[in-house]
Amino acid sequence: MSELGMVYALLGAAVAVLLSGTGSAIGVGIAGQAAAGVVTEDPGKFAKVLIVQLLPGTQGLYGLLIGFITLSKIGVLGGGLADLSVQTGLLILAACLPIGVVGLLSAIAQGKTAAASIGIIAKKPDQFGKAMLFPAMVETYAILALLISFLSVNGIQV
Amino acid sequence: MSNTKYTYAVARIRALEVSLFSNAFIEQLLSLQTAEQVLQAVVEKGWGDVSAPEDAEAVLTREEEKTWEVIRDVAPDMSVFDVLSYPRMYHNLKAAVKAACTRSHTPDIFYEDCPVSGEEMVKIIEARDFAKLPGKMGRTAQEAADILLHTGDGQLCDICVDRAALEAVLEAGRSSGEPIMEDYAETTVAIADIKIAVRSQKTGKTADFMRTAMAECRSLNVDQLIRAALVGAEEIAGYLEGTSYAGGADALRESPSAFERWCDNRMIETMKSYKYETFSVGPLLGYLIARENEIKTVRIILTGKQNGFSEDAIRERIREMYV
Repeated sequence: MSELGMVYALLGAAVAVLLSGTGSAIGVGIAGQAAAGVVTEDPGKFAKVLIVQLLPGTQGLYGLLIGFITLSKIGVLGGGLADLSVQTGLLILAACLPIGVVGLLSAIAQGKTAAASIGIIAKKPDQFGKAMLFPAMVETYAILALLISFLSVNGIQV
Repeated sequence: MSNTKYTYAVARIRALEVSLFSNAFIEQLLSLQTAEQVLQAVVEKGWGDVSAPEDAEAVLTREEEKTWEVIRDVAPDMSVFDVLSYPRMYHNLKAAVKAACTRSHTPDIFYEDCPVSGEEMVKIIEARDFAKLPGKMGRTAQEAADILLHTGDGQLCDICVDRAALEAVLEAGRSSGEPIMEDYAETTVAIADIKIAVRSQKTGKTADFMRTAMAECRSLNVDQLIRAALVGAEEIAGYLEGTSYAGGADALRESPSAFERWCDNRMIETMKSYKYETFSVGPLLGYLIARENEIKTVRIILTGKQNGFSEDAIRERIREMYV
């Protein structure tokens, strides 16, 4: 058993959770500032702006999901650590990168779009459906990255 | 994340933009018979909240105060708005120079809410301690005071201060680092120059007078504008047609009030291009200008109704709304 292999694999799980979680925190924070601005003037729009504010939070969940799958795969969760070579450890790290990097950047971009969409809700609350769609478009790319990370981690033989 | 510092402020302004008057509501006000009905309609929209809602001036003044209260409340950095306080500060300077040089005391000639109060300015000018005035105001004050004392020409003193105000606005806009502030300053100065040209042409002023009054800006060639003004109104319109202020040419040919209306509409047009930004100071400045415009429009309607103007005569003076 190579300890270095295990380190790389754990680093992969950490990258997935850390980067996407940071992105989501920033994204939800940006959208939250806009949401607070609208609710200051019109508390009746709280529910609508809250939904839009939460949209950039999904990347953090995707990162968490990949983190869990990775920990489970290498035996950290189930008990009994797997015997990982350095090569396998690096493969797992590479598999975790898509959701980490795309999660970070897409959550920030989505937060900005969500803030702009909250402006639509402030002025035209009846256009809520359309306002939701703009930040939801950014979500597509986080989902694509999640898919690749998920398939890669699952496909690696331990 | 410094580029998101206006996120909260812009979202609040978006929510407030809903309560700005639309063109349809202004049409509704125009169709009312008396000034009292107009005042009542705006009070019903939440204007005023003063003890005497029947006092039109009190209602309008309160609305101006409310706008600044909102901006002070939401803006993360008020220094960006310094550019807007310059016209008032320089008005105070003009009044202070005259008060100090003529040793007279006239009440209520100064704007409040300025970094240096009018009374303080009078004391500084009387003591000729010009360095105590902020920025380049000291030099302007000295120049204006010397002109007034040596020539006794009040108008020359005024244009000297007004030109310094325009240059201060331009400099503040350029150094703010905000594109909207730069555009605002450029449009303010260009429109002021065009107004000077139009009025100088009507009153037969000399090229030297115009050169002293006008401030240089990027979007207009002051020399060409002066040359056009020396020939006639049609030449000014012809020159404007070749600039980004082409709309002013048609307004100038139409009537003096149409020209005044165009001057305000041109500023709203500049602000509108920044209206949909989410992370800049643009919507805040746009809201501020829109509110000033709205208050001015209501004042025009009230004055028009009080003086028995026809609906069409008032409509000609009505400014374009922001929303």
